[in-house]
Amino acid sequence: MLIAAAVLFLLLRLLPGDPANALVSVGADADQIEAARRQVGSDLPIAAQFVRYLGQLGRFDLGASFVSGVPVLEEIGRRLTLTLPLTALAFLSAVLLALPLGILAAVKRDRWYGGLISIVSQFGVAVPVFWIGILLVTAFAVKLRLFPSSGFPPSGWRDPLTALHQLALPILTIALVMSASLIRYVRSATLDVIGSDYLRTARALGAGYGEALVRHGIRNGAVPVISILGIELASTLLGAVVVERVFSLPGLGSMLLSGIEQRDYPSVQGVLFVSTLLVLLVGFAADLTQRLVDPRLRGPSGARS
Amino acid sequence: MTASPARASRTPLSALNATAAAVLLLMGAAPALAADGGPDAVINIGSLYEPQNLDNTAGAGQGINEAFNGNVYEALFRLDDDGKVSPSLVKDYKVSDDGLTYTFTLQPGVTFHSGDPLTSADVKWSIERVTSADSKSSRKNSLKPIAAIETPDDATVVVKLSSRSISLPYNLSYVWVINDAAKDLQSAEDGTGPYALDGWQRGAQLAIKRFDKYWGPKPENGEVVFKYFTEATALNNALLTGAVDVITSVQSPDSLAQFKDNPDFTVAEGKSTTKLLLAYNDRVAPFDNVKVRKALARAVDDKKLLEAVWGDYGTLIGSFVPPTDPWYVDLTKVDAYDPESAKALLAEAGYPDGFTFTIDTPNYDPHPLAAQFLQGELAKVGVKVNINVITANEWYTKIYKAHDFQATLQEHVNHRDIVFYGNPDFYWGYDNPKVTELIKASEEAATVDEQTEKLKEANIQIAEDAASNWLYLYPQIVVSKTSVTGYPLNGLNSQFFSYGIKKAD
Repeated sequence: MLIAAAVLFLLLRLLPGDPANALVSVGADADQIEAARRQVGSDLPIAAQFVRYLGQLGRFDLGASFVSGVPVLEEIGRRLTLTLPLTALAFLSAVLLALPLGILAAVKRDRWYGGLISIVSQFGVAVPVFWIGILLVTAFAVKLRLFPSSGFPPSGWRDPLTALHQLALPILTIALVMSASLIRYVRSATLDVIGSDYLRTARALGAGYGEALVRHGIRNGAVPVISILGIELASTLLGAVVVERVFSLPGLGSMLLSGIEQRDYPSVQGVLFVSTLLVLLVGFAADLTQRLVDPRLRGPSGARS
Repeated sequence: MTASPARASRTPLSALNATAAAVLLLMGAAPALAADGGPDAVINIGSLYEPQNLDNTAGAGQGINEAFNGNVYEALFRLDDDGKVSPSLVKDYKVSDDGLTYTFTLQPGVTFHSGDPLTSADVKWSIERVTSADSKSSRKNSLKPIAAIETPDDATVVVKLSSRSISLPYNLSYVWVINDAAKDLQSAEDGTGPYALDGWQRGAQLAIKRFDKYWGPKPENGEVVFKYFTEATALNNALLTGAVDVITSVQSPDSLAQFKDNPDFTVAEGKSTTKLLLAYNDRVAPFDNVKVRKALARAVDDKKLLEAVWGDYGTLIGSFVPPTDPWYVDLTKVDAYDPESAKALLAEAGYPDGFTFTIDTPNYDPHPLAAQFLQGELAKVGVKVNINVITANEWYTKIYKAHDFQATLQEHVNHRDIVFYGNPDFYWGYDNPKVTELIKASEEAATVDEQTEKLKEANIQIAEDAASNWLYLYPQIVVSKTSVTGYPLNGLNSQFFSYGIKKAD
């Protein structure tokens, strides 16, 4: 985590430009620019800036934005109320979409629709997120007028139905793209299960095809899928960056992008720090779930926890 | 064997049904849109310029002028949409014969949003905020002649100048009058305008609500919500789907067609002050040579560029001064498009085989397109152009501050900004002592006529010197729903007065 923070810090400073520039406009004189640099601390040597940054990090203080003066942690908290539900709902929808379709594609791989699911999901993996977003907006917002094309209600989640209605297209966008790759993982995991000895044994002992698949297959097939899910959930968070831009949503992703444009280092560092933390947590959770599902993974250390 | 696969597929199918049901449920949950018109209407304004904070002396960006000038904060004077300067919080004022003492009488009965009455002490404090050491206002320099501010009584402000300043009322139109007891101006406000801040959701929108104790005429609507977008396409979609009522300034020419032929929308073109220019670094060779600059001006067909970017919109200009400035002169004939004479001039200047230079090009529209166009045009007269794409932020460090460039593309948005050519230290380094003197003298003029004469002369001189290559004037296009009227068209200095906007029922 510390190494990640240091690398991040240096990479950001290698970008040409100066955070003070976001504070001045054409017409400002040299004294005003210098004053702005003093205010944000970009007149200090990089080593001094780094020491200052580490000191703040030690107190879990992410500093205040150079441009708006708002504490970064506070702003991140506000933005997470959008990005976390967006990611979670998109992820949930993707799983709901991918599990049945993936299993169907495996079980019915010799039927036309089994093949069709595979082909479409193959395509889906190659399509960029923003393109899906633009297509959905054109179809469902501009043409059909079923959903708003962008934005998030200022009242937030106090009116959950309005909020959901606003977020429907962004959620669908991420869910579609994510489910494309998930379907392929679920399909191949199911194929492994179908071809396995234990399933054949269960069938030989008199269980029906579906019964055997449900009782023995799902648990076994779930293990590799869960580890993929962990990775996918982390990448959904990244997908949210793009989607928030397309739909003008005030989330973590748009905070990151405007932070980079304005060289607002505290905001960029803060967002990346918090999202790294989230990704680690997700990985940890995926690991735990895997152990719960598969007793063989519970070694001596797992048993104690 | 045939029955069991069918059973297995039941689980997935029912999950699919559940998803479909959830989607249907969401579609049914239509938001309660308060789209009603009338005197208490909520006007939704779509914009690409979100302010970074709420203080125009702390680097808030042009978005704060759009949302707050004339709406939340008022100044002693107001720059009207037609470019005239008219009294706002000033009821009356006198200028001494030597032009060095201005005595302002304030409007009576003015209250701040917090409830405090407006006094002369607030005005003094507000002006000194802009001229103070840590002010980041780009207008700080223009207020330099102010030597002292006195407040003999609550309704009178006396401003003493060290030298005449004919544009003082104009310059004061940028100085927000703020309650001197206000604490937080970066995320709150305390102005005297017809609206008070109602809420600001960073990254999304800023709402202002009608202030009932406003001293002037009551606004035509009850609330105004500025909704912010980062993508022009998302903004256009918002207007198409009714999420916003009006777009302050359309920046994507391609999108106009979908509004133009649609009776539900009004496309209106105002008078713009935004100039696109190829600014040379006039300090360095070969651009220190007037002949080279004139040759390059003649080598570029501005009309073709404007048509390529904007189609039928926009205006050609022959210098930095737009037609709305009082010192406008039609100079499009000076160094008009003429590639043959451009070649001859280059040979005369000692570059018969042309030369190579780099254009530092901001990475946003229309600069990359314009750079490519210039590359093609200049190649025809033997000048090779390299394009170096930079971000807006880098532009300030490399060009504005370090002057480390040969040429750059940039848009300049403000009204009356010819004065930049009177500052030899400005980024483009144009240094003609005659122009510097004219611009200085124009500010110290005794009458507006004299000021206008001097600036006209300066204007003609910079055109003759081809100080920069002025490509065109951007169009200023406002698109709204047909039911919405009364918005400002010209948007001078990014202002967007919203008190006159009406929404029909």
